[in-house]
Amino acid sequence: MTSHARTGRRRGPSPGTRRNLIAGLLFISPWLVGFLAFYLYPALASLYYSFTDFKILESPTWVGLDNYGKLGADPLFWKSLGNTLYLAVFGLPLSVLSALAISLLLNSRGIRGISIFRTIFYLPVVVPTVAVAILWIWLLNPQYGLVNQALGVFHLPQPRWFFDPDWTKAGIILMTVWGVGDVVVIYLGALQGVPRDLYDAADVDGAGRFAKIRNITIPMISPAILFNLITGAIAIFQYFTQAYVISEGTTSRGSGAIGGIQNSLLFYGLHLYNNAFRYFRLGYASALAWILLLIILGFTILMLWVSRRRVYYASER
Amino acid sequence: MTRTTLRPDPPARAARGLARLSGWRLVTYVALIALGSIYLLPLLWMVATSLKTGPQAIASPPTLIPSPFVWENFPKALTQINFPLALRNSLLYAIPAVVGTVISCSLVAYGFARISWPGRDVVFVILLATMMLPSQVTFIPLYVIYARLGWIGTFLPLIVPAFLGNPFFIFLLRQFFRGIPDELSSAARIDGASELQILLRIILPLSIPALITVALFTFIDKWGDFFGPLVFLNNADLYPLSVAIQTFQSAHKTDWPLSMAASVVISAPLVVMYFLAQRKFIEGITLTGIKG
Repeated sequence: MTSHARTGRRRGPSPGTRRNLIAGLLFISPWLVGFLAFYLYPALASLYYSFTDFKILESPTWVGLDNYGKLGADPLFWKSLGNTLYLAVFGLPLSVLSALAISLLLNSRGIRGISIFRTIFYLPVVVPTVAVAILWIWLLNPQYGLVNQALGVFHLPQPRWFFDPDWTKAGIILMTVWGVGDVVVIYLGALQGVPRDLYDAADVDGAGRFAKIRNITIPMISPAILFNLITGAIAIFQYFTQAYVISEGTTSRGSGAIGGIQNSLLFYGLHLYNNAFRYFRLGYASALAWILLLIILGFTILMLWVSRRRVYYASER
Repeated sequence: MTRTTLRPDPPARAARGLARLSGWRLVTYVALIALGSIYLLPLLWMVATSLKTGPQAIASPPTLIPSPFVWENFPKALTQINFPLALRNSLLYAIPAVVGTVISCSLVAYGFARISWPGRDVVFVILLATMMLPSQVTFIPLYVIYARLGWIGTFLPLIVPAFLGNPFFIFLLRQFFRGIPDELSSAARIDGASELQILLRIILPLSIPALITVALFTFIDKWGDFFGPLVFLNNADLYPLSVAIQTFQSAHKTDWPLSMAASVVISAPLVVMYFLAQRKFIEGITLTGIKG
């Protein structure tokens, strides 16, 4: 690469290589410092804390596996896990499918104004999360909200949404489906990479519209679908801001912990926050964090394993 | 990079296609317009409510166009959330974070993209792997570190890490830097330029589009950030707009025109930026899979 590389001695790193090593390390040093001080050390400390009883002001005392043992007996842990799984099982497929449907519509041949529609579908993603959550508390207001007013016109049942523990998560899912613009853009990128000749060949064979979607489009963009499923699931397990804002905006203040009506919005991320910063049980919260990591890791590996025969990578042909 | 250019069809096929597909095209348009309207309506409703009187906002049947337009909602909402202070805090957080992210990510990306040193690729894989760890795992010890440093209640926990690089943007810039022909660097090296000079005089001027993408995404992320300020600032005088608006809404649960006015205020700068730089957003997401 450099003119010095040639002049180096045979044994040991050449002066050019050593010079490059020093220059390279210098350039990446900001990240290196951040990695060691604000990433690696905290990660190891968190693992250590998870085996201790730790209340910020005192130093941590070793309790072995106690915190992990307590998880099983903590009803709110199970509640939060259940709420989170609810979003993953019902919300995630719905988001991924609606994003796919929107992007297929946008990618149809001969459709004009794709950029206008793409703008509209992406716009909700640009709005800050706090504003989105406040907006949906208003839209889903049981009495005056736009959604229930619209349902009323068609004489459909009008749920109390964020004020009825059976409907809070449905409200969250509705809000999530409204915010799938980023997923749509990722699909569009993948869709535009599908070679046209595949469709032309299918046309020659007389394949119908849906046959082409099922046999060409879906397999060709399957890596993007897998990517969106995995990142979507990870986001759900860390779900926080929307649930926090909606809980605070729909329940009376001063109760301390946050979780919506009858803890129906107590998601895993919120339970962790409550333990860390409302009860200051830092050891227990750290154990929750490590269980979270294991769940995410397990889910990702499972998804990769299940999909290994169903996802098509062009480079592996 | 993906572009939305569609290959023009051969005219004969297009004509044949038109006759066969016009029915489907109509269906597609109707579906898109219907869905598009549904997706747009909530934001229109936010703006409409922000300009209504209290009784008008809860009138049934609802109307989209306010009458009269109550512009006073905005000064009223802004006074109640102490807008100048919250805006100052938002900018004190977002601007240094943007500057820090752009500087640090450029440096680090250069070290990974344009200098070849032993072990580089292994270290880069480690950098990519750090994106896998959920932030929940590190934030408790980070809180403890910041507390011991006396940083809780200052902007330091939010700003200092921004100067230490962000894996997503390092990745994005690295990809971009690698696309710049190597001959440019070699020529400058022969002329005796240092690596830093090459970065500043050759690479960065050619990477303005990528740098804008990084700056935009960082600004949007920090402007809307809620968790960081909530946990690390711990002081109402330092709360940025995101936290100030949430606090206001939860204290005035039924004052919808004012809550919506506040929401319009926090959203407007980002929406304007989005309209001005749409291509950057689309490219950034397509390139890295960054979401919102």
